[in-house]
Amino acid sequence: MSADVELNNVSVTFGSFYAAKSVNVKINGGEFFSFLGPSGCGKTTLLRAISGFQDPSEGSVLIDNKDMFGIGPNKRPTSLIFQNLALFPLMSVSENIAFSLEVRGVSKKDRQKRADELLELIALEGQSEKKVHQLSGGQKQRVAIARALAVEPKVLLLDEPLSALDLKLRQRMRTELREIQKRVNITFIYITHDQGEALTMSDRIAVMNEGEIEQIGPCDEVYNNPLTPFVATFVGENNPLFGKVKEINQNKVKIETPDGDFLSTMNENKKLNIGDEAIAFVRPESLFIPRDGDNFDNQIEVNIESFEFEGNIKNFYATLKSGTRIKFSIPNAIDTSSISSGTKLQLGFESIKSSILPKAQLAID
Amino acid sequence: MGNYLFTQPFFKKNGKAVAIYFLVAIVFWFVFLVIIPQLYMLDLSFRSNVPPLARGGPQDFYTMEHYQHFVFGSKTSLEAFNFVDLGVFGRTILVSIMVTIANLLFCYPIAFYIAKIANPSTARLLIVSLIIPFWINELLRSFALRILFANEGVINNFLTGIGVIDQSILFITYDIGLYTGLVYAYILLMMFPLYNAIESLDINQIEAAKDLGSSSLRTHWRIVIPHAKPGIVSGCTMVFMLTVGALATPVVLSSPNTLWFPQLIYQWFNMNDNWSRGSAYSIILLIISVIFVLAMMRIFKVKIGEIIK
Repeated sequence: MSADVELNNVSVTFGSFYAAKSVNVKINGGEFFSFLGPSGCGKTTLLRAISGFQDPSEGSVLIDNKDMFGIGPNKRPTSLIFQNLALFPLMSVSENIAFSLEVRGVSKKDRQKRADELLELIALEGQSEKKVHQLSGGQKQRVAIARALAVEPKVLLLDEPLSALDLKLRQRMRTELREIQKRVNITFIYITHDQGEALTMSDRIAVMNEGEIEQIGPCDEVYNNPLTPFVATFVGENNPLFGKVKEINQNKVKIETPDGDFLSTMNENKKLNIGDEAIAFVRPESLFIPRDGDNFDNQIEVNIESFEFEGNIKNFYATLKSGTRIKFSIPNAIDTSSISSGTKLQLGFESIKSSILPKAQLAID
Repeated sequence: MGNYLFTQPFFKKNGKAVAIYFLVAIVFWFVFLVIIPQLYMLDLSFRSNVPPLARGGPQDFYTMEHYQHFVFGSKTSLEAFNFVDLGVFGRTILVSIMVTIANLLFCYPIAFYIAKIANPSTARLLIVSLIIPFWINELLRSFALRILFANEGVINNFLTGIGVIDQSILFITYDIGLYTGLVYAYILLMMFPLYNAIESLDINQIEAAKDLGSSSLRTHWRIVIPHAKPGIVSGCTMVFMLTVGALATPVVLSSPNTLWFPQLIYQWFNMNDNWSRGSAYSIILLIISVIFVLAMMRIFKVKIGEIIK
């Protein structure tokens, strides 16, 4: 069984510092929801407010429409997976998994049965007697998940549990977490600073900055239609082109920059007026080297400075006329051997793949 | 030989001078301060009690008489056993165990509070206020307690003054002063191992247990105490050994009709001039202390290396 989680105007203050500020979000039962933001943005504070380790200074946390104020973490229908997992090193795997049942007075036999079920769920059958230190990183991860699921929580909270794993294992665990979530069908609330993690697993994400939510939405929406320059540059990579609004035609906006005029797409929630200071964003993968017959909305002249080979793609770093630096990525499948530092190129991008927003703070500043 | 020694990793790592200093200091400490006196005492405890000049003479022979005296009493005694000494011995051990347990119960919550709950500045303040009284030596601290607990002492005067009691409570006569003094005497040796052990516990472990539905009491039982076990054993063995061997506190605080075992040893050595018997009684105390340590390690399934950590 899953539960809705609702944060109504939640603020958490430490002295005069707002760790979280007027956060409003409704997470639906059975949803995989991520809070994404840089370290210190208040996402862990929110997780502690949901799990019960930290009551909000203002506002309320509702789980299944019930106000959770004053209800301790041991009395909430939530389970938390810690960043360092916090498995109990002096207990065996099955003791770890069944700990929540032990404290509820479940008989030893039933505990063992439930532990075995969960070990099967996480594909660790027959490892119940091992000590935690005998497990590999990925196995520990799975034991932590099983331990958190043992009491059948309605909401599972995950505090960057994958951050300690190496890349390959992390990628595999993403898929695994998602599959487990579908199988147990409960609400997952995931905290991460890794946008790749958030995008691959989540149904929806909330991007946070300095204690506030900047945008909530499905992954593709947040990626393609960012609401603020912070979101545009924090989620994935983006090249900012600073300028002034010159023309507006419905949602198409022409921006005048030192490097020329560009046509970009305006978010309907972030209206601009002619003369406004604005930033047009174009992602590295949306910049193309035009081939014969290609006709892009925008042309941009660049001077290649350097490049790096990443495997599936090749990243190029270039400067514009004004000295602005931009990055673009070309799939490895395309031959780029003729391009080296000093090459002058004409790149193109579509206005639909570029978003324009009122000028504000970037994530990379 | 010298060349061989100097090529050892210990010498390479620390340099010649430091390594030689360590070696000499440790050998001196161990051989001269530990092994030789103990062996001498062990030997003495099996010899007849003769004046120094008669040593090696016909009257100086090996005998079990001092150990026999401990168990059966003097040859002229009418009793089957040496009830007085055995009584003192048993009582000393029993009270020492109680003192150790009291110390543990008293220190655990404080150590936990300092290690895991108090903010850093409060924790520092608490540690300093625990240490400062121990800048004063044991004897003076015992006398201070005597002043508090005496029949006409501070506590009694205060209580009669405000009319709670009309007759003095006999703290010293009933050894309440002694027990308090013994608990207080070595409290830091319980506090610091416990504090160190609890401090090293990841706070997430406690929070994880709580999140999984555990009550505070059960979290202590299942998570904190098992983690702190080496500290508990270390604190308990040190407090027990020092309590069972305490002299100053019992001399100042025990009632006139109770004796502490080390007082008995002191009497044999200094007042009765019977070093052999004093040695035998000391060896008995030593054996009990070792048995206690081994028993603690066995009960708590802790290895010696973990205690020292």
